[in-house]
Amino acid sequence: MRHIRSHVLIGIDANSLLAGAKAVEQALIRELVDKGLADEVQVIETGSLGPIGQGVVLVVYPDAVAYANVTVDDVPEIVTEHLLKGRPVKRLQVPLAPEERVVEIKPTGLVKKPQPRVVLQNCGVIDPESLDEAIAAGDYQALVKVIEEKWTPKDVMEEVIKSGLRGRGGAGFPTGKKWTFIPPAPQKFLICNADEGEPGTFKDRLILEGDPHRLIEGMILAGYAIGATKGYVYIRGEYALSIDRLSKAIEQAYKENLLGDNILESGITFHLEIKKGAGAYVCGEETALIESIEGKRGQPRLKPPFPAQKGLWGKPTVVNNVETLSNIPPIILNGADWYRSFGTPTCPGTKVYTILGHIETPGLIEVEMGTTLRDIIFEYGGGIRKGKKFKGALVGGAAGAFLNESQLDVQMDYDSLKEYAAVLGSGAILVMDEETSVVVLLHSILSFFEHESCGQCTPCRMGTRALLTIMDRIVRGLGTPKDLDLLLQVSDNMQISSLCPLGQSPILPVKSALDYFKEEFLERVSGKWSETPLQTQEEASQVG
Amino acid sequence: MHPQTDQHSKVLKILQKYPPFREKMHEYLGIIEKYPPSREHMLDMLHDIQEYEPKHYLPREALLAVAEYLNIPLAEVASTVSFYSMFSLEPRGKHIIRICVSPPCQAMGGSSVLVALKDALNIDVGSTTSDGLFTLETTSCLGVCGVAPAMMIDNDVYGNLTEEKIQRIIEEIRRRDAAH
Repeated sequence: MRHIRSHVLIGIDANSLLAGAKAVEQALIRELVDKGLADEVQVIETGSLGPIGQGVVLVVYPDAVAYANVTVDDVPEIVTEHLLKGRPVKRLQVPLAPEERVVEIKPTGLVKKPQPRVVLQNCGVIDPESLDEAIAAGDYQALVKVIEEKWTPKDVMEEVIKSGLRGRGGAGFPTGKKWTFIPPAPQKFLICNADEGEPGTFKDRLILEGDPHRLIEGMILAGYAIGATKGYVYIRGEYALSIDRLSKAIEQAYKENLLGDNILESGITFHLEIKKGAGAYVCGEETALIESIEGKRGQPRLKPPFPAQKGLWGKPTVVNNVETLSNIPPIILNGADWYRSFGTPTCPGTKVYTILGHIETPGLIEVEMGTTLRDIIFEYGGGIRKGKKFKGALVGGAAGAFLNESQLDVQMDYDSLKEYAAVLGSGAILVMDEETSVVVLLHSILSFFEHESCGQCTPCRMGTRALLTIMDRIVRGLGTPKDLDLLLQVSDNMQISSLCPLGQSPILPVKSALDYFKEEFLERVSGKWSETPLQTQEEASQVG
Repeated sequence: MHPQTDQHSKVLKILQKYPPFREKMHEYLGIIEKYPPSREHMLDMLHDIQEYEPKHYLPREALLAVAEYLNIPLAEVASTVSFYSMFSLEPRGKHIIRICVSPPCQAMGGSSVLVALKDALNIDVGSTTSDGLFTLETTSCLGVCGVAPAMMIDNDVYGNLTEEKIQRIIEEIRRRDAAH
């Protein structure tokens, strides 16, 4: 008889896969069979275990011992020493950071210093391909609560309004309020925006790969609240593993009647379908995304009418981000007051960040809204790599803003960042050490915008091209101080006149770079810049 | 009547209309026939055809097949295809290399990796090696910034790239293909 005494979690995500996670897993299973432990030790594939860039990561429970950079050759030693004899292999052991533990979040007991994991509660803990594990870990409990306690759609909506949840896609618009804009209509749609293209952002990917059932549950609840019986998840075409995992999860949910007609005999109906993107950053804009689902060029529509009035096929539509929707189940399950105990009064809850660049431990973290940038970088991210000095950070992706050392103590939430003309955006934090050139980075950002502009409206099409041309001069040391003013002028005009956020955004990185790192730019345009011209990205702008 | 039958009779009608392209179009229609003929499925159809084509592109006959199947002008299909960077109208190599040129990869040394890649393949961005093995493209963020700089070859992600690693990866693929 099988009597499992240990579980070995192996983190499977794009990063560990390329470090050979699959080979390690197979070797592990073989070794367990050889040693006669197959009935006692269970190997479980799970999503990202948190640390990235540390190769294959294993965690053994109940011992809570973590190993990093595991190779196939290490497997016999781990099995013999640890799983057979009970002596952890010190050589490979890494401290299991508090955030990697299973954080039990109960309505009463608040989590103290470690990461309060609301959205990522199950990511890296469960096997994302197993519905049983998802349910055991608490997925679909909120749905059952709504059914058993006979909540009306209005009850769900009001709880979300009361929670103060704000959209996690970037703009921070109150989610509950967005839902109230939906007029009564026979046919409405709910769309999950998983077109995560903001450079430096991969939080939605890891949520999709780590706990897809959480998103499905969030969508059922949101669909119930607004009266939509059909939902779509629009995922980037490049995210092959996310598409695969979510497809499997949807299939499982249909099988157990967690999706479909008359869900669990409750009278609630919700159908869910995946739509695959084809490589266009602008499709992250909600009306462009709707166009793309309809099978057209992904060009943004003129607003108004907003999607709430005329969305997909002209029907009232709500578009919410993956992280936003994954916040709904815990809010319903634990209540709005519980949710408000995290974060700040105007920005309740937690936020998932991707922290990368010259940082000791790049990866995914979830912290309360209002945590300072300093804490995120130095407490949760382990500080700057190789003992170097902090120079600045780009917060919010390409459509975000640069911050420098004097702003390290800024509280990270929608309202506090506004005071610094910065945005939380997608939650990407690119950390730069003292050797990073902001000029080169800004050039890269502007060539990104030039490539991704959809070409529909003139200010953005011409503006992004003009910005890149000016920046090309500057980066080569051929610019003049006047060019710096020109950058500001052009991006300012674009902000006023562009159709969608793509053209309205370049002002953020341009202005903040020039405000906080002016000297670096002045040095480049002084006429004395002599460094060999960098291999800049003419290539990038030619890409098809 | 079963909708599948409906769709199939439509396919047969289209084929009678274009005798010169018949053979190719037959293949493509066979792929897209499983979708109902409505525009919302167009991107899926194009993805499927491109995956099926050994040269990973969308030939004219493919666009024609989709246009006829959806009852829309050919220009509508072509303009949609040209909008999305994952679709190609030109034949491509056996392996498609997509190297990330987003700011996070740039900050971590992406430029020198791109130069190394161009040297190793002896081609520019947007072209295919003379042996038809590789096409080099750039891409925006692949969402694996934890291992920047990164690239994708077909569906595999390669991270923490260095100039030496690029050499090794390309040589490895060349060797693997030669062995087949």
